[in-house]
Amino acid sequence: MKRMDKSEFLFKILSYTFTTIFAAFCLYPFIYAISAALSSKNAMDSGLVILYPVEVQLDAFKAVLEDKMFWLSYANTLFVTFYGTIWAMFISVTGAYALSKSRLIFRRGFNFLLVFTMWFNAGMIPQYINYVNTRNVFHSIGITDDKWVVVIAMGLAAFNIIILRNAFEGVPKEIEEAAIVDGANDFQVLTKVYIPMTKAAMATVTLFYGLSRWNGYFWARQIISNSSEWPLQVYIRRALEDKFEAINYGVEPDLPYTYDSLFYAMIVCAIIPIIIIYPYIQKYFARGVNLGGVKE
Amino acid sequence: MKNLMDESKTLEELKQELAKEELLEQIEKNRWKNYFHIILKDWRLYIMLIPMIFWYFCWRYIPMGGLIIAFKRFDLTTGMWDSNFAGFYHIQDLMFGNKAKEFWEAFRNTFLLSFYGLVFGFPIPIILALFFSEIKNNLYRSVVQVFSYLPRFVSTVVVTTLTILLLRKGSEYIEPGVISNLFYNMGLVPRTVNMMYAPQYFRAIYHVTGIWETAGYGSIVYFAAIMAISPTNYEAARIDGASKMAQIRYVTLPGMASTLTIMLILRIGDLLNVGYEKILLLANDKTYVTAQVISSYVYKIGMSATGGSYSLGASADLFNAVIAMLLVLGSNLISRKISDTSLF
Repeated sequence: MKRMDKSEFLFKILSYTFTTIFAAFCLYPFIYAISAALSSKNAMDSGLVILYPVEVQLDAFKAVLEDKMFWLSYANTLFVTFYGTIWAMFISVTGAYALSKSRLIFRRGFNFLLVFTMWFNAGMIPQYINYVNTRNVFHSIGITDDKWVVVIAMGLAAFNIIILRNAFEGVPKEIEEAAIVDGANDFQVLTKVYIPMTKAAMATVTLFYGLSRWNGYFWARQIISNSSEWPLQVYIRRALEDKFEAINYGVEPDLPYTYDSLFYAMIVCAIIPIIIIYPYIQKYFARGVNLGGVKE
Repeated sequence: MKNLMDESKTLEELKQELAKEELLEQIEKNRWKNYFHIILKDWRLYIMLIPMIFWYFCWRYIPMGGLIIAFKRFDLTTGMWDSNFAGFYHIQDLMFGNKAKEFWEAFRNTFLLSFYGLVFGFPIPIILALFFSEIKNNLYRSVVQVFSYLPRFVSTVVVTTLTILLLRKGSEYIEPGVISNLFYNMGLVPRTVNMMYAPQYFRAIYHVTGIWETAGYGSIVYFAAIMAISPTNYEAARIDGASKMAQIRYVTLPGMASTLTIMLILRIGDLLNVGYEKILLLANDKTYVTAQVISSYVYKIGMSATGGSYSLGASADLFNAVIAMLLVLGSNLISRKISDTSLF
């Protein structure tokens, strides 16, 4: 048994206490959201719900599940997440592969063009005008679903491309050379050697893209005018804006649940997919942060 | 003898250099022709580059060119190229004209909000990582870590919706939110105050929710740095009789110095990039005194429903982008000078 210094012992106690409190602080809003979504109007109105559900009712969840617009927005979010992630990964992987090759001419220049977008951001107004123009172009070629603007024109991140580029640079040259001797071309080298050998980085970047698509709000709200194409985040926010003022003045219909429970139920439905896959993906995220050493 | 040897060597080298130069000249002559051949021979590689170049050109570099409307009288009907030049009219209007007061207030708020974020937000993940590294029970530690990363994965809309609901003042019809109720009962906040509508609470709300969102996740990178420090260093320090604080001061912190520097550069470079999404979702007319930052101000003057001026908004965008870039490059330069650690 190692002898422990008094200060070390104190620090250990402090560590356990502080981290436990912090974890509870992080978790509490989620637990409260679930409990509030499940509690009755009576319990919510008298402030009885603090940690666990009181007088359980399932009507709030039922109301959300029966809300057609909610599920439409859910489907829109799935659409944007699915196609958006594939599109962003396609561009990032091919681009990162090319940038990782030292035989690429103007390689430094291309790298600079990529990194420069991390330093200099055009800002909201030029971007907005650009997206509006993109939308007009899409409309003129017959793509009237504005979700495609969100999928195609948004969401790439130079940082993610750099993570992939660094991962590709770390693949031993001998393996690639062996594949080339066997007659593989660049496309085959990428799909048969590089992608299988950088699974961790690929997973991390896919998840980064997927998450930012799932959580995207601002530009979707600015660009998508048709309410049947709104993604989930826009729908939740609009619901809050529509009903929040009303409930302060007691204009609430007579239901077995409060509007609060309804909002909490929506929030729970919106984060359930994340919570379900979270235990499987969190190790990639933890790894991904350390992969992103930016260098040029 | 030695000199002679050297001379002959240099002669040889001179000859080689001459040949090299000739070769280089030839290569230079046929430079573009050669590039063409290289690209043609290696066309697959360059095909793969095209989607990225195309994307970045269309949706990153064209908007940068679009900043030109800061110097034009732009409206959507005339278009970017046909509208007339206005010179520095908008920038002048923004900085010294009748918009100046609001603009500089937004600038000050941006700076203060980031500065407080740096002061409070920067150390917390480090402290958290120190504490995580002290927990030797692996199962317990991973459980605690997983819980504290979780808020990072939730959208800004969900975070702000939760904040608005939990901090509600309530009325005669409705209970206050759980958290605001707790503050009222503890006497930290007077019952008459609606925290979401009180400018003096905005920064605190912004930062506490920010810490909730990112501190756990932000600790990962420091945790990895601490874990990379060899345990023998701690053993040596203990033998020398170092207390825990001394161990942290003389072993842990120097061991993670390069990580700390890089993260600090990133933060300082980001000092003016306060995300507009959270501000727009969290602030309201009553809290704009403290909540209005440059990016949300751009939204207000450029895109709000009451009809704004795109050109004026673009001027503010340009101002913000230039200062932000100078901050990134400046902090990077300083760090390269003093610590040999730099990002670019």
